[in-house]
Amino acid sequence: MSVKQISVFLENKPGTLNAMTNVLTKHNVDLRALSLAETTDFGIARFIVGNTLETVTILKEEGYISSLTPVIAAEIADKPGALNEVLQILTDNQINVEYMYASLGSKNGTAYMIFRVQDYKKAAAALESAHVRVLSQEDLAEI
Amino acid sequence: MERYYQPEIECASREAMIEIQNEKLVKQVKHVWDNVPYCRKKMEDAGVTPDDIKSIDDLHKLPFLSKADLRDAYPYGLLGTPLKDCVRIQSTSGTTGKRVVAFYTQHDVDLWEECCARAIVAAGGTNEDVCQVSYGYGLFTGGPGLNGGSHKVGCLTIPTSSGNTERQIMFIMDLSATILCCTPSYAAYLGESMKEMGLGPDDIPLKAGIFGAEAWSEEMRQDIQNTLGIKAYDIYGLTELSGPGVAFECSAQNGMHINEDHFIAEIIDPETGEVLPDGTQGELVFTSLDKEAFPLLRYRTRDVCTLTREKCSCGRTHVKMAKPKGRTDDMLIIRGVNVFPSQIETVLLNKGYPANYQIIVDRVNNSDTLDVLVEMTQEMFTDNLGEIAARQKDLVEGLKSMLGIKAKVSLVAPKSIARSEGKAVRVIDKRKI
Repeated sequence: MSVKQISVFLENKPGTLNAMTNVLTKHNVDLRALSLAETTDFGIARFIVGNTLETVTILKEEGYISSLTPVIAAEIADKPGALNEVLQILTDNQINVEYMYASLGSKNGTAYMIFRVQDYKKAAAALESAHVRVLSQEDLAEI
Repeated sequence: MERYYQPEIECASREAMIEIQNEKLVKQVKHVWDNVPYCRKKMEDAGVTPDDIKSIDDLHKLPFLSKADLRDAYPYGLLGTPLKDCVRIQSTSGTTGKRVVAFYTQHDVDLWEECCARAIVAAGGTNEDVCQVSYGYGLFTGGPGLNGGSHKVGCLTIPTSSGNTERQIMFIMDLSATILCCTPSYAAYLGESMKEMGLGPDDIPLKAGIFGAEAWSEEMRQDIQNTLGIKAYDIYGLTELSGPGVAFECSAQNGMHINEDHFIAEIIDPETGEVLPDGTQGELVFTSLDKEAFPLLRYRTRDVCTLTREKCSCGRTHVKMAKPKGRTDDMLIIRGVNVFPSQIETVLLNKGYPANYQIIVDRVNNSDTLDVLVEMTQEMFTDNLGEIAARQKDLVEGLKSMLGIKAKVSLVAPKSIARSEGKAVRVIDKRKI
């Protein structure tokens, strides 16, 4: 089980991220999770939204270059040690985390972590068999 | 079996060709002296009269004509015949300054189309061929020139003009087009589109392509030949002289034969104006020998290339010009090294990037810097920073081996490079020297 992350190419200079969030705001897109990766001249904004395909279409129309990447969204308890437990499961299964970030909102003491791994099916199976809740694309709309 | 449109001219002995050129040059100089006051004044200033020009050996005595002259004389100053004898104009895009407007009498149109017909026959064309002309039709010389040449050869001509890829492909397939004329970048694009539709080189009826009007590399030729299953031939020309067909490639595919019975080519040192021997790189200069309405003598093209008179396997005797290496007016000297934007473009295209780039030259701490901005494309983009960085590094290395100096490559947002009249501004030189 995986969810689709949108990755957008942005130049690394003042105002580019803001210009993109302006577009998202205009179309009332709600960001569930967001992270930025950058080099000296460009960066990639990675984020999760409820209505992925619609958002990609909007970005394309506005002239942005983006791609979709399958990532794992795992529900963890919002308390010390919870992330450590989940990472332990991945370690035990020899799964390398390319990058990860946390979701923006949480409810009732739960948080969501986004993991990018090479074999997301294997990672999802490992987490689920250890009773960690892995979110589907449909679940995203709920959180 | 090599075929020629006009074998008696294309394969004439050097002696016979010199005789044709001598006779035409003397006549042409007189025509210009009598009918183009602007050029007469230039000749007077240089102390030359038609009496001084007795053969092509005297050509070097004539003053040069430059792009600046064309600008000064715009629009009618270089006209060699009354307007009532002119039947056509063609014009350049004018991205590097004022538009060039060239005039043609019916005779001028005929000789231009004849040059294009030679190119089509050299590419294997006969009256049994179906020739699709996908160059733009209009002020641009590409469409009208090849269209006329195709008629002269007797090909069934499909005047699709440029654009509308789906329709281009439909005509190629439905009417079994055998020859394609367009810019090399459009040929590559058509090839990719057909590949995506599942059409392989064996499914495509095309056998030859005549591609020009922009710089392209040998690697690009191989790519186009492989995807379309054709032989791809280069063609050269400029509006000032007539249009495409001033020079064209033959079966040897290693340089373009100049139509010497219509145009005399010289290579000069762009700094001193001195004529250089064959085989030496320099600026290409043309003298039109029998153009009536727009008779240019010693016109400096600003294209940098070499000429060769080595015997050609195709049997043609006309001098061959190498692919222009760049232009004198856009040559940059960076850290003492000559850099042509076209070299940078070649590297980008060879590595699969689109030609959306900008070169920024600056001077930091007394040392020149070269930054190449490349627009990110959907095809290049991936979520993996490392992968993009690796491609960037590969591009830096490719540029280093082509230019001999190091360039910085920056990836920028799509459509962020400033465009003027639809064409990107290629070079920004911020150095204050």
